[in-house]
Amino acid sequence: MPASDLSILVLDEDRIRAAIIREGLIEAGHARVTLVAEVQGLARRIEEINPDVIVIDIRDPNRDHIEHLFQLSRAARRPVAMFVDQSDAGMMEAAIDAGVSAYVVDGLRKDRVKAILDMAVARFNAYAALRNELEEARQALADRKALDRAKAILMRARGLGEDEAHHLIRRTAMRENRRMSDVARSIVTAADIILGES
Amino acid sequence: MRETVLRVGFMPLIDAAIPLAAAAKGFDARRGLRLDLVRETSWANIRDRLAIGHFDAAHLLAPMPVAAALGLTTPATPLIAPMALGLGGNAVSVSGALWARMRQGAPQARVGDPREMGAALAKVATTRRLAFGVVHPFSAHNYELRYWLAACGVDPDRDVDIVVVPPPFMPEALRIGRIDGFCVGEPWSSVAAATADGRVILTKNAIWRSSPEKVLGLRADWADAHPDLVTRLIDALIDAALWCGEPANRAELAAILAAPEAIGAPAAQIAPALEGRLRLADGALLDDADFLVFARGAANFPWKSHAAWFARQMARWGQTTATPEDLARAADCYRPDLYRAACRARGLDAPAIDERPDAAEPVRVAGLAGPLDLPAGGLFDVVRRVS
Repeated sequence: MPASDLSILVLDEDRIRAAIIREGLIEAGHARVTLVAEVQGLARRIEEINPDVIVIDIRDPNRDHIEHLFQLSRAARRPVAMFVDQSDAGMMEAAIDAGVSAYVVDGLRKDRVKAILDMAVARFNAYAALRNELEEARQALADRKALDRAKAILMRARGLGEDEAHHLIRRTAMRENRRMSDVARSIVTAADIILGES
Repeated sequence: MRETVLRVGFMPLIDAAIPLAAAAKGFDARRGLRLDLVRETSWANIRDRLAIGHFDAAHLLAPMPVAAALGLTTPATPLIAPMALGLGGNAVSVSGALWARMRQGAPQARVGDPREMGAALAKVATTRRLAFGVVHPFSAHNYELRYWLAACGVDPDRDVDIVVVPPPFMPEALRIGRIDGFCVGEPWSSVAAATADGRVILTKNAIWRSSPEKVLGLRADWADAHPDLVTRLIDALIDAALWCGEPANRAELAAILAAPEAIGAPAAQIAPALEGRLRLADGALLDDADFLVFARGAANFPWKSHAAWFARQMARWGQTTATPEDLARAADCYRPDLYRAACRARGLDAPAIDERPDAAEPVRVAGLAGPLDLPAGGLFDVVRRVS
């Protein structure tokens, strides 16, 4: 069976991550990749897709549901949880750390599943890194906004120039061992309450 | 003594109280242990992470080690249950809509009576296909729900749909109508009552008095390699069980359980289970001090007869085709010998036998220190026949 013949189901409520994983699998030559985001009607979907491999987020509580579906199908094709394959401890650890679990049909060659799982793990990690970066960028932007508002408040209330306001916040942060953005937020909050600014 | 850290997986449920209290109240430190409790999102994760060694121990569904022994789960790592984490604690709830229809068809049926609630439900089930949620295929919830339905003339495979829903998702699944009822551990019936018009019609105790629910799960090879750790862990959990079972500690226990890193539900929704006073479908309050038992009546003893019952249910509902001999052998994953040894070493009493006589009346059995009294037990329809 060439790589492209394997039917792979990616079950992930995070549609963006699921799309990223599918893209990787398709690039690797797997044409039959299906994304499912909803647990509703999952039994029927699994029957239709008849997947050889199911990739699912390890934190997804639907794992218990899926195991039940496998029992109901009573098929000879008995899916096993792949990340618990103890023959490759490194892969197992990587999968769990990344948050990937997979079910594969018993008897599927390990090296082929490994390639799929390695791909899923890499994409999961890449996505997590991307999300962290996005979160950091968002945070930086919010910090910046708070700082600008705090400076504006100080400039108005105390007749300071922008540089002076900046230095005042910075000195306060150093003295109190806090982050500048935290000091800025305190100023904004205090101004909101005391001066009724918003 | 240097502390040994043990990672323990648990699901957010009131019956995780014993390990949670062991860590919160320092019963672990007294035995030179530190329990690092890891909250999980699915029973499959707990079982798998225990099996591959990510967890040293786990709050586990009582039938899970039996399922592993019968080779029904992968990985096929042998698991043992050297201690039970209490008895009871589940309830069967139905949606407000289903309750109204049950009421309509059987206005006199008494809430909490398995026969009468079963008959009321059976009437509705002939007119509409109902769906019930349980937490896992290998759960006491699944088997007690099926046992009750079947005894009341409802075929759990033909007449209704039984679907798996993780415990914290039950109230929402009921609210949006994905399921018409469920069998789940507390606090999720109380949460459903508060947030999803869930109606408690029956308790686990009403279906099977003094029945098993969760166990301490260990890998068999790990337990063999670390007998001293096993004993210390059992000791710490016995201390915690005794503390949890003390009514004076209820408020503090409720606060420990309510914490976001434990269950993360309001203490007001946790207290009913600890007091045995759940709000029932008809508005009355349950009054059952044995609704959830942490310690008394040998509640921590891993009875082999309990494991054997689960094995027989697995065969009954087509989960396994194992021979009767194999089913009986599967019960060996329950290890009363380890529990008894821990009790003997510290002068605590424990049953000297491995099979619990499930009588409708309190029963006297042989204990390590002479006769030992156990509370009434038994499945509701069997008890009925005896009396």
